[in-house]
Amino acid sequence: MRGLHALRRHWVPVAMLTPSVILIGIFVYGFIAWSLRVSASEWRGLLPDYTWAGLDNFVNLLSDRRFQIDMRNTVVFTTFFVVGAVLVGLVLAILLDRHVPGESIFRSIFLFPLAISLIVTGVAWRWLMNPGSGERVSGLNLLFDNLGLDSLINAWHTTDPPWGSAFVALPAVWQMSGFTMALFLGGLRAIPEELKEAARVDGASEFQVYRHVIMPLLRPALLSALIILGHLSLKVFDLIVALSGKDIRLDVPAIYMWTTTFDANNFARGAAIGIFLLLSVALLVVPYLVWSLRRETEL
Amino acid sequence: MTAPLPPATIARDRIVTPVRRRPGRWTVGNTVKFVILTAFAAFFLLPVFLMLITGLKPFADVSLARMWELPSGIYLDNFQAALAALGPNLMNSIMLAVPAAIISSALGSMNGYILSKWKFRGSDIIFTAFLFGMFIPYQSILIPLVQFMQTINLVGGIPGLILVHVVYGIPITTLIFRNYYATLPNEVVESGRIDGAGFFGIYRHIALPLSIPGFAVVLIWQFTNVWNEFLFAIVLTRPATWPVTVALNNLAGSQIVEWNVQMAGALLAALPTLIVYIVLGRFFLRGLMAGALKG
Repeated sequence: MRGLHALRRHWVPVAMLTPSVILIGIFVYGFIAWSLRVSASEWRGLLPDYTWAGLDNFVNLLSDRRFQIDMRNTVVFTTFFVVGAVLVGLVLAILLDRHVPGESIFRSIFLFPLAISLIVTGVAWRWLMNPGSGERVSGLNLLFDNLGLDSLINAWHTTDPPWGSAFVALPAVWQMSGFTMALFLGGLRAIPEELKEAARVDGASEFQVYRHVIMPLLRPALLSALIILGHLSLKVFDLIVALSGKDIRLDVPAIYMWTTTFDANNFARGAAIGIFLLLSVALLVVPYLVWSLRRETEL
Repeated sequence: MTAPLPPATIARDRIVTPVRRRPGRWTVGNTVKFVILTAFAAFFLLPVFLMLITGLKPFADVSLARMWELPSGIYLDNFQAALAALGPNLMNSIMLAVPAAIISSALGSMNGYILSKWKFRGSDIIFTAFLFGMFIPYQSILIPLVQFMQTINLVGGIPGLILVHVVYGIPITTLIFRNYYATLPNEVVESGRIDGAGFFGIYRHIALPLSIPGFAVVLIWQFTNVWNEFLFAIVLTRPATWPVTVALNNLAGSQIVEWNVQMAGALLAALPTLIVYIVLGRFFLRGLMAGALKG
């Protein structure tokens, strides 16, 4: 009887949820499975060829010179981007936390880049970081020249690999620091005033309050920031395309996947890179998903 | 019945509006902070400033060497040239982003309502499975996606791209609405049930009227995301149906189009989402924080 009752109560919501379940089932899980199949095939041409190739495509990737460069670029980009965005976001949040004049205007300024496309960011920074010299000097190099800061003039993202990728992190930090700022500001504002007051009463200096009371309480926000930024940097694609075309010196797996699949018709290798990206993101995100949902049920 | 403000919304609003709103005072410490913040603000505004001064110069005054000089007046040459190049694509982006945002929010609202107020065995697992879809690198599904869209004849036009954005928007829109409806007390739903309302009745007369802010958040979030998206658009559209991001990238890669027109074009492409952000930034921020999975 209870089963029947539950069935009657639940069939409408289940039916209403079904279209979304089917769509996600096909477009996410079905397609991932199909990509896996393609990554284990010999499909290298306009016509599909599903001859079983096992892990060959993955093994080949590991010894692929271009893929190795991509990995190195990803590590450099990720390091500079994640550290940069976390530091800038944290500094901004701490500066804004305690009622600075103009707080809301500053906050809006730091957050607006999040509303614009990475393509727009790439195009604007392409001219800001223009490496041209002599007659063609422009952008930040020209600004440094005018301000007498010649020592700061550099080749930006056209610097020899892998450090060119470190400069790609600059526009990425510009775009995403507002996000980390908002995360940390949310964390700071959630700390009860009494807690800080208690530490001060106990004789802690303002620095000690930050070091021993506030920072430990910001750890969940820091973890969120690391996961979100980390997975974004594994996926970076639009920004580099808009900033440099498909400059091989700034190549990353996401761009390699694109060119090898759609320009060179090597679908098998493209799928293998896609699956590789998926696995790296999953390593980062799945534990985080589990952690977030468990935290939610505890609250 | 008056709607109590959901507590989670209040907590999230703290980022936007501090609980105790004291006006900032000009102490020494605050002055130092203000100076540092101003320097950061200059850095954040620099690209927009450059796009704006470049866009407003007459063609005759445009040169790389005088990039940082202010325009001598307000000229629209560059914007006109950019509009001539990107106009149809801006239109495409509108035809894409508006329907996608509307369909996404309708779907997300229904899913969120079910997954918060009509939980059934396994519904939390379904929700988690949805969420994972939000994080996947789209390169990992790109080949099957193109094959599938070709099979159902939806490659090349805007409707296919709308479908794809709606589907991959399900995770985030469901998440935002689920969190939103979770803040409505269960008693509200119970009382509706006692009054004889069913699944749809409670949705229409109780949940829906209370979820206008939820709709604002999701509409704005999806509009911004779809407008700014690039990867799906390059695989699924052709030049005539390119949204503005693809057309702008193409413009930037061309040797013929001058940098000043590119800068003006970039500003045009950014303008719609920037305006939405300036007018409705509060809702945008909520969508942004939802993506971090914790309000």
